[in-house]
Amino acid sequence: MLRDVTLGQYFPGDSIVHRLDPRTKLVLTILYIVALFLAVDYFSYALMIVVLAACIIVSKIKLRVILRGVKPLIIIIIITGLLNLFYTKGEPILEFWIFKITLEGIKRAVFMILRIVMLIMGTFLLTYTTSPVALTDGLESLLSPLKKLRFPVHELAMMMSIALRFIPTLVEETDKIMSAQKARGANFETGNLFQRAKALLPLLIPLFISAFRRADELAVAMESRCYNGGEGRTKMKALHMRARDWVALVLGAALLAVMIVMNVYKI
Amino acid sequence: MAPIISTENLRHLYSEGTPFEHVAIDGINFSAEKGEIIGIIGHTGSGKSTFIQHLNGLLKPTSGRVLFNGEDIFASKAVTREVRFKVGLVFQYPEYQLFEETVYKDIAFGPKNMKLDEEQVDIRVRGAAEFVGVDEELLEKSPFDLSGGQKRRVAIAGVMAMQPDVLILDEPTAGLDPSGRDSIITNIMRYHDATGCTIILVTHSMEEIARSVDRLVVFNKGRIMMDGVPSEVFEHDEELRRVGLSVPEVSLVAKRLRELGLPLDCSVYTVEQAKKALLAMRGGAAGAP
Repeated sequence: MLRDVTLGQYFPGDSIVHRLDPRTKLVLTILYIVALFLAVDYFSYALMIVVLAACIIVSKIKLRVILRGVKPLIIIIIITGLLNLFYTKGEPILEFWIFKITLEGIKRAVFMILRIVMLIMGTFLLTYTTSPVALTDGLESLLSPLKKLRFPVHELAMMMSIALRFIPTLVEETDKIMSAQKARGANFETGNLFQRAKALLPLLIPLFISAFRRADELAVAMESRCYNGGEGRTKMKALHMRARDWVALVLGAALLAVMIVMNVYKI
Repeated sequence: MAPIISTENLRHLYSEGTPFEHVAIDGINFSAEKGEIIGIIGHTGSGKSTFIQHLNGLLKPTSGRVLFNGEDIFASKAVTREVRFKVGLVFQYPEYQLFEETVYKDIAFGPKNMKLDEEQVDIRVRGAAEFVGVDEELLEKSPFDLSGGQKRRVAIAGVMAMQPDVLILDEPTAGLDPSGRDSIITNIMRYHDATGCTIILVTHSMEEIARSVDRLVVFNKGRIMMDGVPSEVFEHDEELRRVGLSVPEVSLVAKRLRELGLPLDCSVYTVEQAKKALLAMRGGAAGAP
């Protein structure tokens, strides 16, 4: 049940996407998102779909798994689609009561939904193929120029990796406490909003207490291993850019360039 | 007599359809009689914890059935909910589930969910607290002010207060000191003698439960490897060691003595039994010419 929450979860594998440097993947994801927002018409969207499909196939992650990440946002996607469908001006092709559907509306709704779904799928592909540690290492390395401006890059990266590291732990913990309270007859599934909120107390209180306990234990464990910030810290797995990373980046840049051209000529 | 709880070909897959998919338990046929005390052993990852969560319907099997008094516990939501109260499950480190302002309220959580009246709840809370040795004056304290061992007792009392027909405890003594361990096991046995309920104890330590249980079920790689009275199970010490389990030391000593020619019974696996058997033997020898 809760175990299936896949947000920020890493799926180990040995595809070329898995092996890319995390910095490459981060930059590529940004390029992908920019390119996605530049898409304006059939051909540009088609190109983005092909690119995404190719990445998914190469990553060897099952489409079903990636689509599951979209599921929690389905309501937002539907609302966005409906708003675009009804509130786009143009030639009405269907009219009833106060609603008016236009051809432009349909087109925009479809494009908008495509854009959101592809945005989610693309970013999920990043987190599915990159371990949280590699991801924050990459981020720290990419942001390191900001250190000159006294921006706490290392601290931020450490906080992020701890947060990411504890998501599965907390999910598991939630699962366990939920089971324990269910074993004592707690009911999380039925009742009105107020009853449900109240039913969550036996879950939230132990969860908070254990989160604080964990934070405390982690701090002690880090200090007893002499952790005192990023100064002079070396990495066990230093990041190295390889030929495949440069090739991937060039391809990414090429995609962006093509999308810019398509955007200018509105195709 | 029909078993109070039983399973038929139970199978459970975790993370179905992801790269993490794996079989947790497979082909489990298990049954427990009323009033029996059963020990379930197996090392970490052998599927024992997954298995017990099926017995009160917290986990739904991928295939197979769980029967309580002959009735499928997943027949309807109402049945599953009813079974939750009849099959009490105490999780590992249950002290982390405490949440109420006072110990009393926390123990009362289960009985209150059963929609019992105030008076009944009160009787049950006080009764359960007594069984686990939690003093009257602790009942009005916050559970977070108690020591680890006391918290554990309160958490166990929280399940006992529902007066289940089957009480399952997952590693009830993990992380406690020897005296705390003994007293919790003693408390559980006292509860068993008073109520006549079925007890299922899950552990990876043989020493601890060998003395108290009628039957031992050994789990290995998601399957039942052995099922029998302790003395039978302990005879297979080689196989047990191969799957990462140990047998009580006394049972090893007894085995060695048997090999040396002493007519010691296979059913010797606790210090008391060994003492009795050896003394009897010496008495017998002294009586001979």
